[in-house]
Amino acid sequence: MSGIAGKAVGQKQEKGLKGIRDTGLEEARLHAFLAHAWQTPKGLYGWLVTVDHKLIGRRYMVTAFLFLVLAGLSALAMRFQLATPEAGHIGPDFYNQLFTMHGTTMMFLFAVPIMEAFAIYLVPLMIGTRNVAFPRLNAFSYWVYLSGGLMIWIAFAFDTGADAGWFSYVPVAGPEYGIGKRPDFWAQMVTYTEVSALAVAVEIIATVFKQRAPGMTLDRIPLYVWSVLIMAFVILFAMPAVMVSSTMLILDRLVGTKFFDPAAGGDVLLWQHLFWFFGHPEVYIIFIPATGFVSAILPTFVRRPVFGYLGIVLSLIAIGLLSFGLWVHHMFATGLPQLGESFFTASSMMIAIPSGIQIFCWIAAIWGGRPIFATPMLFVLGFIFTFVIGGLTGVMVASVPLDLQVHDTYFVVAHLHYVLIGGAVFPLLGAVYYWFPKITGRMLSERLGRWNFWLVFIGFNLTFFPMHILGLQGMPRRVYTYPPASGWGEMNLFVSVSSLVVFAGFALFFLNVLLSLRGGSIAGDNPWGASTLEWATTSPPPSYDFSRLPVVRHREPLWDEPDTLPVVEGLRVDAREVLASTVADAVPQLRQPSAGNSIWPLLSAIAVGGAFLGSIYTPWAVVWGAIPVSISFICWFWPKGEPEDEE
Amino acid sequence: MVTMAMALFHRRRARAGHPPLRIDNHRERRFGRAVVGATASTVLILAALTLTSFFAGRSVASLSGTATLTVRITGHQWWWEIRYPGDNPSRMIVTANEIHVPVGEPVKIKLDSPDVIHSFWVPALGGKRDLIPGRPSELTLIADKPGVYRGQCAEFCGYQHAHMAITVIAESREAFDMWRSRQDAAAAAPVGDEERRGQQAFLSTGCALCHTVRGTPANGTIGPDLTHLASRRALAADTLAMTPGALAAWIADPQSTKPGAKMPRVALSADDLNAVATYLGSLE
Amino acid sequence: MRHRPVADVSHLPTYDFGAASPMWWGTLAFIALEATGFALAIGTYFYLAVLAKHWPIGAPAPDLLPGTTILIMLLASVVPNHLVELWARRQDLTKVRIGIVIMSIAGILPLIVRIWEFPALRISWDQNAYGSIVWFLLGLHTSHLLTDVMDTIVLAVLMFTQKGKAGRRLSDVSDNAFYWDFVVVSWVVLYLIIYWVPRI
Ligand code: HEA
Ligand code: HEA
Ligand code: HEC
Ligand code: CUA
Ligand SMILES: [Cu+2]
Repeated sequence: MSGIAGKAVGQKQEKGLKGIRDTGLEEARLHAFLAHAWQTPKGLYGWLVTVDHKLIGRRYMVTAFLFLVLAGLSALAMRFQLATPEAGHIGPDFYNQLFTMHGTTMMFLFAVPIMEAFAIYLVPLMIGTRNVAFPRLNAFSYWVYLSGGLMIWIAFAFDTGADAGWFSYVPVAGPEYGIGKRPDFWAQMVTYTEVSALAVAVEIIATVFKQRAPGMTLDRIPLYVWSVLIMAFVILFAMPAVMVSSTMLILDRLVGTKFFDPAAGGDVLLWQHLFWFFGHPEVYIIFIPATGFVSAILPTFVRRPVFGYLGIVLSLIAIGLLSFGLWVHHMFATGLPQLGESFFTASSMMIAIPSGIQIFCWIAAIWGGRPIFATPMLFVLGFIFTFVIGGLTGVMVASVPLDLQVHDTYFVVAHLHYVLIGGAVFPLLGAVYYWFPKITGRMLSERLGRWNFWLVFIGFNLTFFPMHILGLQGMPRRVYTYPPASGWGEMNLFVSVSSLVVFAGFALFFLNVLLSLRGGSIAGDNPWGASTLEWATTSPPPSYDFSRLPVVRHREPLWDEPDTLPVVEGLRVDAREVLASTVADAVPQLRQPSAGNSIWPLLSAIAVGGAFLGSIYTPWAVVWGAIPVSISFICWFWPKGEPEDEE
Repeated sequence: MVTMAMALFHRRRARAGHPPLRIDNHRERRFGRAVVGATASTVLILAALTLTSFFAGRSVASLSGTATLTVRITGHQWWWEIRYPGDNPSRMIVTANEIHVPVGEPVKIKLDSPDVIHSFWVPALGGKRDLIPGRPSELTLIADKPGVYRGQCAEFCGYQHAHMAITVIAESREAFDMWRSRQDAAAAAPVGDEERRGQQAFLSTGCALCHTVRGTPANGTIGPDLTHLASRRALAADTLAMTPGALAAWIADPQSTKPGAKMPRVALSADDLNAVATYLGSLE
Repeated sequence: MRHRPVADVSHLPTYDFGAASPMWWGTLAFIALEATGFALAIGTYFYLAVLAKHWPIGAPAPDLLPGTTILIMLLASVVPNHLVELWARRQDLTKVRIGIVIMSIAGILPLIVRIWEFPALRISWDQNAYGSIVWFLLGLHTSHLLTDVMDTIVLAVLMFTQKGKAGRRLSDVSDNAFYWDFVVVSWVVLYLIIYWVPRI
């Protein structure tokens, strides 16, 4: 290093400027400097200390997909038990753990984190910067997420799996009826993952607000980035609700507070209000970035910009805002006053308007473009088809009289899988096919991709469509078995067999990923001819993302100027530096130093995790745990004399 | 809408990496109008749906107030305690898992729960209503046609949420009144040695701690009232059919048929077991 | 892709104060989410109060003295807090050093008084839902107080080391002052709720 640095001093550097700048530096030297400044050490240590958003994002993705596999396998186990009436493979104790672990894992450990994962990976690339705003917080959020997920699954392995459903209603999860330590593990896992999600949200907001490439004004932000920005805001205002409620639950269970105890002035519906105040926005936290995937993939495969940029942005904002006004639609059967219920019916219906606008805009873009039916596009089309069905059943259950009939039946199970899988997982798989070349440098196989799509798409509809009918026939959800006389046996068998098709589809997906990692064809920088900035750098991107930070002059920068990239000069190359710019107009303001590698986020996460875990057994763990937590946080923030600290 | 999307499949294809298309402003404006039109019709449809939903909700709500009969239902993990308040408190009928109602008459159902949340739902008779600890509620229900309707607890309530069914029997007013006066009576006295032995065992082995049989010293309230057990169609919230064999099997080992149920296995000799089953089977 | 330089940023500063710095936005986002947490806890308080026949349940209204003392202390601390912020923006290290020591003390004092405030609620957390929620509110605020005081002390120590001289640290001081305002404002609201709602 000192060798190159020594030479660079002789470069035409202006006097009075601290550090070595990229101005006029030739490519090879530029790369050498940046690679040194932004490197992650090799080996295990490097793995533990890295703050590179791409490494962390990838790690998040792999972890979230592992949780998908675990939760998916639990679903298969449930389908095995439900295939025939009064089957005796799985008893109620285990079944209850299974569906709770399935729902909990899918929602908290798969769907939300996978959306965060893509955001962490893509946002800095799409807005033309080198890392997120708080790289160490980012590393910390991953470790917290991982420990929360591991904790609940290890507990499950020891027969202490959560068993009160993914929304853990009290009193079933309360101090009196909750079994053993099961609900405690659930509540702490939720607190963990919310801490990590909140950290990511803060991360994204600051990054998108302050680190956009010069010239990326509000109306030039890619729609995907808009969608994750709005997701971040929804997280910011929704997740505190579940943290407050899971803390209250833990307190009720551990130290005898009476929040949910009607005999002592508490109330069991309080839990439901707090939970759904979070829980409803939660589903849009999953759905909003998924629509962002669609808005990113679609233009590339119809070869034109998406139709109605402003309309889509406003719809996203409207969905984000409205999502806070719907929570009671999960509680119609509790018998709240009729007028109140009507309000929530109306607001639930209203949210169909912005959702509809988005759908119409996409259809207009397809109509006005030339569709290319590559795998990502197939998933987008599959999404539109499925989500419209799921949305329509959503509108049906928003109507009180109808909901009172189908609430807590398989009709709702069908609705939720249509919107979650059709509305979020399909775009997600499309996103994997779309960005895999960027992330790994290799293409996924198109042939396997098509098989993957059709198996998942057909299998999905065969599995979940009949559930609507089962629900209308009166089959309640969360039952480990049902009587033969009910006549639901055949349809359940059909559903269970079809779920194997979905399984095969997912297996093919993982197979494709594994095979293509080694043998996929080389992608090149921009294999799809896409328009956004992440395609302006190499695949996979270097540790510093862009050797020179781009300047944006158009909403589709790479379509506007396909061969050259306008860039800025003058940043340091011997220290980590990014540009901070103004919030609305993206005028450069600061050369912002960016934090380097550190082990302390991991140690802090371990300290925090230890305190949480201990608190399941004794409240004193919080007091004693505070000591290592404080020490590790202080060490984290204490400057260590790196080049980034000096200015 | 979906078909529209499907129609797009037949449009011209392009290849990846093709240069982006030129945007034709004239066409864009047409798309704009189409999107606005589609949005406007969405708004109209939704407004209509909301209003329909509101009025349907109102008409359901307006039923109450005219009820001719009140039934109190208490949800327990995992069975239903049912009470028909009488003219005076001593004439209250207590039974379990099966309600009888006169056809065509609105019945007011009062709901509450001492343990966890359950939800009362008889699909054929309309919507569900949660039973929430600390928040008693009520609902009005009419059976228009005579018949036997199966209902089931709809809110997840623990191990045996799956086996928490309730039977509603809608019958003519006369049949209902007859049923009611039979239920009013105390339990049938045991007839014959076997039944007497059964009653004896029932009273001495601990069953009476949890169960009431009116007219005998058994007055436990943890489990269902068994005074007229044999008049019911099913056992343990529709887990088993009411047959002598099933009854004996249930008493012998409730945990294998309904794992987690709040009734323990009580050790009885084979003879006692048969006797108890015979005795309970006689409680019409 | 070929690069075409179009702008030169070499003379931009590396730190600034307030909304120019990403850290300020991060702090604002944290304040927003914590304020949401407070709002929900306060919502719970009123929800329970509306359900209850009498409020407070089974207890007299809390004793005013410790809470009011803290209120006065926190309100008074706003003045040095803003002075520190001002000095930090003017990059006057000496004054910042004095100011941040004062702020550390201004943070520790209310924490000490807090020890008497919990008993002054005159109900235990496990007696009933009223007890639970007031302890919860007070605990929530205490944890914010505690973390900000720790942060202030760490910054104070930093200011006296060589590393405190970096301009970015002064930007941190100003963000810390921003957060302290939040701790003060949230107490004004919680104080009114905990102490005065039971009295109406
Ligand atoms: C990604 C997740 C996601 C999404 C996007 C949605 C979207 C919607 N959901 Fe869903 N929902 C869930 C996930 C989701 N939901 C989950 C997980 C549950 C169950 C939780 C549990 O109990 O475990 C649930 C449960 C649930 C309930 C409670 C049911 C019950 O328990 O009884 C209700 C009730 O109102 C509801 C309503 C809606 C509505 C109105 C929408 C709307 O946003 C849909 C809007 C979209 C459209 C309508 C389609 C596009 C529009 C057009 C093409 C325009 C034309 C349309 C019309 C003219 C109508 N949802
Ligand atoms: C994103 C969310 C998500 C997803 C993707 C799924 C996916 C699936 N779900 Fe899930 N589900 C929920 C969210 C989700 N679910 C929620 C929130 C609930 C409510 C829970 C509650 O009530 O509390 C629920 C409830 C629920 C029920 C109702 C349970 C009950 O009420 O009793 C059922 C029943 O059939 C079911 C089935 C399935 C099936 C068959 C899939 C399939 O699509 C799964 C397909 C995936 C796989 C099969 C995994 C693939 C793995 C491999 C291919 C292995 C490859 C091998 C290696 C790499 C080693 N789900
Ligand atoms: C600790 C309490 C307890 C004891 C002791 C007990 N039971 Fe039960 N019993 C219950 C409960 C609770 C139920 C409801 C179980 C369910 O359906 O989930 C029940 C249900 C029953 C039923 C079915 C009632 C119905 O309406 O379907 C019968 C019959 C019965 N018990 C008989 C007996 C006999 C006989 C004994 C003694 C040998 C006995 N019980 C001892 C608690 C008890
Ligand atoms: Cu009772 Cu489910
Ligand atoms: Cu909802």
